[in-house]
Amino acid sequence: MKITQTTRSSQQGKARLSSIILLFLVLSGSWLLWSGLYKPLLIGLGLFSCLLSTYLAHRMGFFRHHKALLRQLPKLPGYWLWLLKEIVTSTLDVAKIILSPSLPISPTLVELKTLPKTDVGKVILGNSITLSPGTVTINLSDGKILVHCLTQAGAKDLEQGSANRRAAELEGKVK
Amino acid sequence: MIDLVIDVLSWILLILGGSCVLIGGVGGLRLPNFYTRIHASSLTDTMGNILIFLGLMLQAGFTLATLKLFAVMLFLLLTGPTATYALANAALLSGIKPDTGSTNDDNTEESPK
Repeated sequence: MKITQTTRSSQQGKARLSSIILLFLVLSGSWLLWSGLYKPLLIGLGLFSCLLSTYLAHRMGFFRHHKALLRQLPKLPGYWLWLLKEIVTSTLDVAKIILSPSLPISPTLVELKTLPKTDVGKVILGNSITLSPGTVTINLSDGKILVHCLTQAGAKDLEQGSANRRAAELEGKVK
Repeated sequence: MIDLVIDVLSWILLILGGSCVLIGGVGGLRLPNFYTRIHASSLTDTMGNILIFLGLMLQAGFTLATLKLFAVMLFLLLTGPTATYALANAALLSGIKPDTGSTNDDNTEESPK
């Protein structure tokens, strides 16, 4: 069974009922586990918020992307470890810059081609770049990503493209 | 003994996290314009967040609370950069030029560069 709407359909896409139910069950399960209180009022509120979240996810077009997301899920922890290492080193760099009296910044714009093919991969790449201090994604469109860097050294690191490659590897051999 | 070690470790993490937040705040004041100030806030967002939550997790020990703290940390790390992107992209679209190096925001729009 397919649920479609004529308005906003470009955003929402088509969603299979089974995926919607799966998301609802996952949300309810985690709500029950983390609430730990089983009074009727609270369970009612939980059900309401799960329904609302599912509806909002559908409205935002989550079900166009969830397959790509699920495919990348097993590889995410390894990616996070690598990202954590990057975050630690760039945090030290930025802290040093902020605390040094001469404030040695050299703001630079870098435009990169995104290696990840799926929307989910692109979002992961953009958010990873923003997450590591010293680089902020300011635009992402047409397979290109515009990044503002605090220093030219940071811009050079980014142009080497290790983040780009890692994010693309997350997708494996999709397409 | 082991309790003491964990306590000390968690306080070290909390203090480091606190200083990350502080440095982020200092950066927000010291850096000259909008886009560079965002970099300071990402210091608070990312490393301060991770260190403080790790410290709190050590305080909580092996309980459900630790799992909850980990989940909250993860959600913050996932949503933080999205909010930053929304802010930076809105600034870009509304015409604040990102390439005017170390000048102040006040003269970015009029300056012929």
